[in-house]
Amino acid sequence: MQTQIKDNDISESLQKQVKNAISAKKPLCIQGGKSKLFFGNRFSAQLLDLSQHTGIVSYEPTELCITVRAGTKLSELEALLAEHNQILPFEPPHYPHPLEDGSNSTADTATIGGAIATGISGPRRAYTGSARDAILGVEIINGDGDIVSFGGQVMKNVAGYDLSRLMVRSQGTLGIILSVSIKLLPKPANDLTLSFSASQDTALLFFQALRVQQLPVTASVWYDDKVSLRLSASELILKTSHKRLNTLLAEKFPLLKPAEKEVNSSLFWQDIRDHTHPFFTQTDKPVWRLSLPPATKSMTQIDDALAQTQDKPEPSQLIEWGGAQRWIRSRSPANIIHSIAQSHGGYASFFYQKREEDQTFPELAPELFKIHQQLKNKMDPHGIFNPNKMYKGL
Amino acid sequence: MHLDSNTKNRLLDQLHQIVSSDYLLTTKEDLTPYECDGLSAYQRLPVAVILPDTIEQVQKIVQACSQLKVPIVARGAGTGLSGGALPHEGGIILGLSRFNKIISIDTDNLTAVVQPGVRNLAITEAARPFGLYYAPDPSSQIACSIGGNVAENAGGVHCLKYGLTVQNIQQIKIVTIDGTVLTLGSETFDTPGYDLLALMTGSEGMLGIIVEIVVKLLPKPHAVKVLMASFDKVEDAGNAVAEIIAQGVIPAGLEMMDKPAIHAAEAFAKANYPLDAAAILLCELDGDTDQLQEQVLVVEETLRNAKASKIVIATSAEDQAKLWAGRKSAFPAVGRLSPDYYCMDGTIPRKQIAYVLQKISELSDQHGLRVANVFHAGDGNLHPLILYDANEDGELKTAERFGADILELCVNVGGTITGEHGVGHEKIDQMCVQFSDAELTQFFAVKSAFDPDSLLNPGKAIPTLHRCAELGAMHVHNGELPHPEIPRF
Repeated sequence: MQTQIKDNDISESLQKQVKNAISAKKPLCIQGGKSKLFFGNRFSAQLLDLSQHTGIVSYEPTELCITVRAGTKLSELEALLAEHNQILPFEPPHYPHPLEDGSNSTADTATIGGAIATGISGPRRAYTGSARDAILGVEIINGDGDIVSFGGQVMKNVAGYDLSRLMVRSQGTLGIILSVSIKLLPKPANDLTLSFSASQDTALLFFQALRVQQLPVTASVWYDDKVSLRLSASELILKTSHKRLNTLLAEKFPLLKPAEKEVNSSLFWQDIRDHTHPFFTQTDKPVWRLSLPPATKSMTQIDDALAQTQDKPEPSQLIEWGGAQRWIRSRSPANIIHSIAQSHGGYASFFYQKREEDQTFPELAPELFKIHQQLKNKMDPHGIFNPNKMYKGL
Repeated sequence: MHLDSNTKNRLLDQLHQIVSSDYLLTTKEDLTPYECDGLSAYQRLPVAVILPDTIEQVQKIVQACSQLKVPIVARGAGTGLSGGALPHEGGIILGLSRFNKIISIDTDNLTAVVQPGVRNLAITEAARPFGLYYAPDPSSQIACSIGGNVAENAGGVHCLKYGLTVQNIQQIKIVTIDGTVLTLGSETFDTPGYDLLALMTGSEGMLGIIVEIVVKLLPKPHAVKVLMASFDKVEDAGNAVAEIIAQGVIPAGLEMMDKPAIHAAEAFAKANYPLDAAAILLCELDGDTDQLQEQVLVVEETLRNAKASKIVIATSAEDQAKLWAGRKSAFPAVGRLSPDYYCMDGTIPRKQIAYVLQKISELSDQHGLRVANVFHAGDGNLHPLILYDANEDGELKTAERFGADILELCVNVGGTITGEHGVGHEKIDQMCVQFSDAELTQFFAVKSAFDPDSLLNPGKAIPTLHRCAELGAMHVHNGELPHPEIPRF
C-alpha cells in the first residue's frame, strides 16, 4: 500500500503569524508533534503549531534526497522511504508520548522538523552519521519574517555559509524550519541482532576493537551486563559477519561466550531508539545523557556517586554508539554529573525527571556564550523564536 | 582601498614586535608569490605577509589589525581554485604554513589533532601505520593544507560515501577578530549549543582564523576494486549513475569523463582509456572483502543493463592506479590541449547530467570555446574545463561568461554554483543568481555577528546587495559591463 502524506502547505499563514509576532513583539513557542516537549527549558510564549504543515515537496529516490515539510510525521516519512528501500541515515527517535485522555495509549506524532531542530539522532548515528551530517538544505522563516532557503538538494554545496547545518540542534531559536532536504541511504536488505554477556569494562574494550573492524554494524548497546549488536546487510554477508565476529571474540576476548542470534529484535531496537525500553520508563530517578569520546573507560566515578544514593543495586547505565553515548540514571547533583562528563572530555544533558528549574544543557564557556548571543541577536533581532528554550538569555 | 602610509607604518611597527623579520614580508619580490592562489587569473599584492607559528602570535596579529581596521586574508597552502586567498590591496596575508605539526593521533577514538598548515595527505601518511586514514581527498591533497580544507569545506572523489570535510572533523580552535580563542565542536559526537563548527566549515576565512583541527580517522578499507565502463552515448552513462544508486550501492567513488577529457587524459597518462567511447565511468568500490565481492557483481550487472559497451575490472593495485591516473591527471592533461583552462565547479542533481552536458556543448558552440568535462558523477559535482588562450584578446572574458552561463544552468536545474571550490573572488556575481536579497541579508547578519567591521577576508564569498542590483541591471546588456572603470563593491 502506498503511503499517503497530506500535501498541505501553510507557509503563508505561518509567515503571517510570525510577522504579527514581530510587530506585537510577542515571542513564539514553536511546536511540531509534541514528542520532545521535555527537551530544553520551559518558557512562556504564544504557540506556533507546525504540525499541519505537511507533505513531500520532492522525492526522487535515485537522487538519494527527499525534501519534506517540517510538520510531516516521522512515521509517515519513514513508511514512504521504506516503500523505496531507503532510510533516514540518523534513525531519529519518535519518543511516543502519552495521550492526554487518561488511557495508557501513546501517540507517535514526532515530526521531521522537530527531529532536525533538536538534532537528536538514534542508534544508527555512530555508524551512518547524525541529523546534521544528513541535512542538505532548509527553507526557513527568518527573524525578519522572510522566507529564505539555504543549502539545496545536492550533497556537495559550498555556496554561502552553511546555515542549514546551523539550524540542526538550534532548538528553534534561530528561525522556523518550513522544510528540509535530507540525504538518504539505501535500506540494507536484512538486520541481524547478535548478543553476548560482558561486563561494562569488557564491553567497552570490545567496542574499541570493533571500531577498526569492517563489520556492517548499525547499532550497539551495552545494558545489564549484555552487549547487543545490530548488523545490517544481505543474508550472505550477515552469515559471514556472524562468523567473523565470533572469531574476533575468540581471539581477543577468550573469556566471553560466542555471540548468539536474537529473534524478534526489531522491537528491542525500537525501544532503545524511542526510550520505551525499561531503562528509560522508570520514573524514580533523573535520566542523563552523556556524550563522551567513545573510548572513555567505564565511569566508575558516576557509579560511586550512584552507589551512595542507591537503595538496591540495579543497572544504572545504558551505553550506546560504541561508548560515545551513555545514559545514566542517577540522583547525583547536576554539578557533579556535569563535572564528571567534562573531566572525560564530554558533556552531559539532563533528559528525564527534571524539576522546573533544571537546565537541559550544560553551561557554555563565557566567550562561547557571548558569540551565541551575538549570533542569536543578529538572526532573531526581535527575539521571537523560542526565547530561553536552549539557554536563558538566548 | 589602499592603506594610508601612516596606518601602514603603525601596522608594520606592531607586526615587527610579534614575529621576527624573517616572517614578516613587505618587499615586492617577497610578496609576489602570494599575489594569487590556485586561480591565477586574479592577482593582487597585499601590504604585507606575516607567517606566525603560535596561537598567541595569531591573537596579537588579529588584535593589531582589528585596532587599525586593516583587512586580514588567511592563507593555507594557496591551492584554492576560487580566489578565496586573493590578497586585499589594503590588507595583510596571514599565512598559516608554519603551523605544520601533527600534534597527536588517538588510535582509540580514531582522531588526530593537527595544525592548520598540515598537508591533507600528510595526515593520511601519519595515520597509515595504524591502519587508519583521513577520508576527504581533494585532488590537490599532496599540497593543500587541512586549514584551507576546513575553510573551503573541501571535497574530493570519495564524498558520496564518506562525506565532505564537514562530516570528517570534530573540533576546531579559532581566533576571532577580537583575538579570543574559541573551541568549536568537541571530542565527542556532538556539542551543546549551536553547531558553530559546521558554520565555520566552508566560511572561507570570513568568520575567524582556524588555528587547530581535530579530524576523524577511518580504518582503511580491507579491499578496493575499480571498474571502468565505456558508453557510446553520454546519456547512457548519466543513466547508469542513477541505476547504480537505485540498486542500493554507494560507491566510494564514481567519476565520469566525456570524450575530450578521455582523449586528453589518455594522451597524457596512457591509462588504456577507450578512445572511441562518448563517455566513461570509473567506479571505485571498497570495504570488507565479502561485501565488496557482492557489490562488484551488482555494479557489473547494472552497468551492462545500462548499455555499457565495455567493462574493465581492475583488481590489482597496479591496474587500479593506472585507471585512476588518467582521471587524476585530467586537469594537467587538458592543460596541454590549450594555453589556459578555466575550471568550473557547479553541482547538479544526478538525473540532470545528460541534459546539462548537452547544454554545455551548445554553450561551447555559442561562445566559440572548447570544453572538456570531468566530474564526480556520484555526487553530481561537475568540473567543466573551458579551454582558452589568455594571450588572445578577450578570450578570458569569453571564458568567464561561458563559465557564468554554466553556473546559471546549474542553478536552474536545481543545483548550486559551487560544490567544493568555494565562491571566493571568482563566483561572487553568481551568488546573486542563487540567492535572494533576503538570503544575502541573512549571510551579512551572520558575518556581522562574528566580524562587525568586516575585516576578515572582506569582499569575498558574499556579494553586497548593491553589487547584485547592479549586476541585475547589467544583465540587460548581455553581461557587458557598462563603465568598467567605475569601482564596484
